[in-house]
Amino acid sequence: MSAEADTRPSLPLRDVRGPSALGGGTRRFFDLLWLMSVTEFKRVYFGTVLGYLWSLIRPLALFGVLLFVFAHVLKVGSNLHNYPVILLLGIVQFTFFQEATSNAISSVVAQEGIVRKTQFPRLVIPLSTVLTAFFNFCLNLVVVFVFILAWGVTPAWTWLLYPFALLALFTLTTALSMAFSVLFVRFRDVAIIWVVGAQVLFYSTPILYPLGEKGIAKNEPQLEELLMLNPLGVIFEQIRVWILQEPRKLAPTAVEAAGGWLHLIPALVIFLSVCAYGVWVFNREAPKIAEQL
Amino acid sequence: MPPEVATATEPSGPAIADAPVAIEVRDLKKSFRIPTQRVDSLKERVVHPLAQREYRELRALDGVSFEIHQGEFFGIVGRNGSGKSTLLKLLASIYRADSGTIRMAGRLAPFIELGVGFNPELTARENIVLNGVMMGLSPREVRRRIEAIIEFAELEEFADLKLKNYSSGMLVRLAFSVMMEADADVLLIDEVLAVGDAAFQQKCSDAFREMKAQGKTIILVTHEMATVEAYCHRAMLISEGQIQSIGDPAEVGRDYLRLNFEGDGEETAEEVLHEQSADVRIVDIALQDEAGADISTIEYGKEIRLHLELEALRDLPGLDVGFLVSNADRIDVLNFGIPVGERERAREISANQRVTVEARVANHLAAGRYFVHCGINRAFGGGIALYAQDALDFLVFGGPETKGVVVPELEIEASIGEGSS
Repeated sequence: MSAEADTRPSLPLRDVRGPSALGGGTRRFFDLLWLMSVTEFKRVYFGTVLGYLWSLIRPLALFGVLLFVFAHVLKVGSNLHNYPVILLLGIVQFTFFQEATSNAISSVVAQEGIVRKTQFPRLVIPLSTVLTAFFNFCLNLVVVFVFILAWGVTPAWTWLLYPFALLALFTLTTALSMAFSVLFVRFRDVAIIWVVGAQVLFYSTPILYPLGEKGIAKNEPQLEELLMLNPLGVIFEQIRVWILQEPRKLAPTAVEAAGGWLHLIPALVIFLSVCAYGVWVFNREAPKIAEQL
Repeated sequence: MPPEVATATEPSGPAIADAPVAIEVRDLKKSFRIPTQRVDSLKERVVHPLAQREYRELRALDGVSFEIHQGEFFGIVGRNGSGKSTLLKLLASIYRADSGTIRMAGRLAPFIELGVGFNPELTARENIVLNGVMMGLSPREVRRRIEAIIEFAELEEFADLKLKNYSSGMLVRLAFSVMMEADADVLLIDEVLAVGDAAFQQKCSDAFREMKAQGKTIILVTHEMATVEAYCHRAMLISEGQIQSIGDPAEVGRDYLRLNFEGDGEETAEEVLHEQSADVRIVDIALQDEAGADISTIEYGKEIRLHLELEALRDLPGLDVGFLVSNADRIDVLNFGIPVGERERAREISANQRVTVEARVANHLAAGRYFVHCGINRAFGGGIALYAQDALDFLVFGGPETKGVVVPELEIEASIGEGSS
């Protein structure tokens, strides 16, 4: 018995540093992240026949209601040919943002067992909720693009820039999710605050009221400038420009809406600060989560 | 089954002490700050920005240092709140230490609790992959071992069933099998040996012995000394965040018992564990045959006569005398006892009075070696007066072949019905 023990190569001693955001090796981190996102996605959307349909029905129903109210009752976008497309794309994108962040809030607390009882890279938990929502979003995008093409929009080379805009959206979503998931461990009202916060963000992003000449803010350049303080607004507006190729007067680029490159700096600073804060607060809290649950 | 069964309780000897160090813990400290007033919301934070500045410091671990060698089966025992769970969680990278270092060689499979991370909505197969990756395998490695895992857990028919439909026994078997196949270098196990039915337990203990033979390093945290004595090369007793004793499992076990009995009565545990305490003294304890002669071997089916003679050393309101018979694996097989003295009247047993207890037990024990422990409690819940561990030992021979620990008197019949041919 001991002879066999001696034949085992003696392994080098390594420091055990305790829990962290990425702890336990990068390969394991990505394996776990992928597995958790995929299994959760499969469970929710393919567990039942209606599973995926439900996730599609939600943004579509919202789209239908808003289209009716804004285009036909309030006549906001009735004079704008592309209004339904802008609305649908915006709603689906925002649904991803909202679903990912709100699911992430309680994710770490919901996975209490894993956090408190096993060595687990903490970052996997909020990240996998974001990824699950992202998979769902990608499926929804297929429907959206079928709609866009059916609407008569022709593909252009600027469509190739869309992934970069999505990357920015994904990054912002992830940073917020990271921050919320660990803050929720200590402050349970984060969830309630974010319900309101997400509402505010929804209305301060040009989804319901397109910018430009036929939009709601046509006579108020200051309002457009104000809206471009919101990083989400910048991303969404630029996506509209890239995807729909409307005449410039109808759809100003983010730079034009903000009133020049320099006016985009606040949005960029907000974007970068949110990202930095998300990473910082998550790294600070990650080692302590297990003790605080 | 590996041939190590007989040597399972043997101490490690010098071979393991010479093996390279697998885990090195130096001056480990961990304390928890418990806020006197907890602030749970941002609102409270904003309303009372100066609240939650007061903490109560709870020292869970206070400077713990030890080494575990490669291939060692190491037991950690301690009472609730002793700091053993904190130590375990520090080793498993669940908590971060305040100071001190932990260094470890190889990959660790943390098993603080069985079935952590199981998702009831997923099938057994999906859960095995998820759990295996958590244990540090790659998804491909897990998929290669998946059949072996299912087979070991004896769940072939239920592999595609969602876990929410599993019984708790099945869950435990599945979790245990994943851990067994995780192929880690260091295993951290918390109170999981008593799982499943007897057959599966046997399988687990075989698997443990095999891992022991393969030179895996295993840390077992438990409050059950019997398990530690049965498997471990060395053991460590933790109390109030410090190492109380470390070394031979039997000795650590005695320290642990002593610790457990401390505080129950006013005298020290030291006295309690011997054949004499401030209350009583064992004058004679013996096994006898039907003629009354002392014996140490008993044939299966015969009567065991247990004879105990006590002397009260002071006036006592009454006593409860209990016997515990455990087998070579330190599993308690029989437990019986009797109250002595009428409890209504105080000073029922006066000083220097002798008490004799005679027990007759039909011997249905399977062949093997047994130990008799004798515990004497004061009446009225007055705590332990005396506990004599291993007061006697005896051998049982004869009797039918069995895998059980007892062979009760039984009637069993079989019949073949009249067939059509």
